Amino acid sequence: MSATDTSEPNRRDFLYVATGMAGAVGAAAVAWPFIDQMRPDASTLAASSVEVDVSSLTPGMSLTVKWRGKPVFIRNRTPEEIKAAQEVPMADLKDPVARNANISSDAQATDIDRTAGEGKENWLVMVGVCTHLGCVPLGQQGDFGGWFCPCHGSHYDTAGRIRKGPAPENLHIPNFQFLSNTTIRIG
Amino acid sequence: MSGGHSTYSPKTGIGRWIDARMPLPRLVHDSFVSYPVPRNLNYAYTFGGILSIMLVAQILTGVVLAMHYANDTTLAFQSVEKIMRDVNSGWLLRYMHSNGASFFFIAVYIHIMRGLYYGSYKAPRELLWILGCIIYLLMMATGFMGYVLPWGQMSFWGATVITGFFTAIPLVGEWVQQLLLGGFAVDNPTLNRFFALHYLLPFMIAGVVVLHVWALHVTGQTNPTGIEVKSKTDTVAFTPYATIKDGFAMVVFLAVFAYFIFYIPNFLGHPDNYIQADSLKTPAHIVPEWYYLPFYAILRAVTFNIGPIDSKLGGVLAMFGSIAVLFVVPWLDTSKVRSAVYRPWYKLFFWLFVINAIFLGWLGSRPAEGAYVIMSQLATLYYFAFFLVIMPVLGLIEPPRRLPNSITEAVLEKNKGGSAHPAGANAAPETRG
Repeated sequence: MSATDTSEPNRRDFLYVATGMAGAVGAAAVAWPFIDQMRPDASTLAASSVEVDVSSLTPGMSLTVKWRGKPVFIRNRTPEEIKAAQEVPMADLKDPVARNANISSDAQATDIDRTAGEGKENWLVMVGVCTHLGCVPLGQQGDFGGWFCPCHGSHYDTAGRIRKGPAPENLHIPNFQFLSNTTIRIG
Repeated sequence: MSGGHSTYSPKTGIGRWIDARMPLPRLVHDSFVSYPVPRNLNYAYTFGGILSIMLVAQILTGVVLAMHYANDTTLAFQSVEKIMRDVNSGWLLRYMHSNGASFFFIAVYIHIMRGLYYGSYKAPRELLWILGCIIYLLMMATGFMGYVLPWGQMSFWGATVITGFFTAIPLVGEWVQQLLLGGFAVDNPTLNRFFALHYLLPFMIAGVVVLHVWALHVTGQTNPTGIEVKSKTDTVAFTPYATIKDGFAMVVFLAVFAYFIFYIPNFLGHPDNYIQADSLKTPAHIVPEWYYLPFYAILRAVTFNIGPIDSKLGGVLAMFGSIAVLFVVPWLDTSKVRSAVYRPWYKLFFWLFVINAIFLGWLGSRPAEGAYVIMSQLATLYYFAFFLVIMPVLGLIEPPRRLPNSITEAVLEKNKGGSAHPAGANAAPETRG
């Protein structure tokens, strides 16, 4: 209803609506910093890359490093593990996507695309966080000899691919590169 | 407050002076002294009072614990040990607070079950019930964040798993999780905000409790017969009758509470939480606090994809759904009879539901493998079937027992049946000379 009984909206109606709108926009603008402050802060975002010396890792050895507050598994796989992972038919995979941040996002989860690539198929670098609810899986355990998450029973194979259990995706592979033959930079 | 006008009449000059300006004493008198309660309330109805006292106890012990607690990942674990060893009476206050949370939940579960058994949620008490559900949700959030504060292994990994639920949300899941954590994993920013919220939420609970009691005093209490109060002979005054009965129940409840505090203070906790949080090592077997176990079992029961919903999102939806379904119970139950006392079939299914809920809790404490998974799936199925199938269908097909005409009639009928009851005891109550 308008403030006076004319059928046309008048100046006062306009002022009511404009004031209400300004109030609503103002409230939203004030609310934003209260939400925004909860996001990761500058110091958290700054700690986004680490360099790791992997010269001591012989085949069959693993290393866990902390990156962005999460564990990253670096494993020098044995020839048996590589062979086992290569022989898995693609149809057996619960998640067919490589989940490798270094290659295209729709790449298939073949063994080679899960690893550091040609000539470095033995190197597996993965975020050690179960894709179900974020626990740290245990290495060289479970039904497929890869990783096993004790929280809710997800089994990963020797290429870190989800094979059984509630986790929806393969273990994620972060951005990383070999700076030399013995040094990896993650992030 | 409920019906009828106030019977409060201040006797002193200052009482009348206050009453004319801010009638708080009148509100208290009408709500907790002269307030009429049904004469047949049993001990199941004393848990509202017990819950109030537990909320006060948790706030008091929590405030003093906060004076000694260090809210930083490098100090939190040691500061809790310092409370246990160095702070005067610190061990007692901390055990009161940690066991107090468990006893708060024991009381709330009995309170909810009493509501489900006697149909307390039915018209006109739907809002009363929904306010109760909101309190329960706030309690769960508060309990979860409180458990993170000692910064033990279970604190850390419980927080990781529970905030991980949010990554199941399509598209915005990761963003929401980072918003909650203040980082990419549970860390110092997470601990800081959980502490701030753990301190805030109990006061929000207290606020909703006020609304809950307000709604209760508008509609009046239910009672074991489920028949509304019809005349003055159906009720007794809150004080002394309900006050003393509630008081006695509190004493018994607190005696059991004290037994836990002094003799088995860690019985309901988990030993892994006495190991400091380690972000690189997950405990072999993560379990939440016992009061979340049934929901944890439901979360893990969904191990299969349902159409476009993957198993992870499915589990999270089932878990939140198991609590959300409580909010609509008033509209799921189609029966015109309120109390299970007069509903033979509902009574059976209700007790099966209670056993099933306890069974789910036990399954939640087991590893998620083999037969446990299948049992969890069956128990989850019954949990939902109770609300979504049994409640609506039973109301339409179940023949109820004959209802008494009034609370008074029900009470007198019951007393007539007791042969050991002295003759004339109902008619001639004890008098004092």
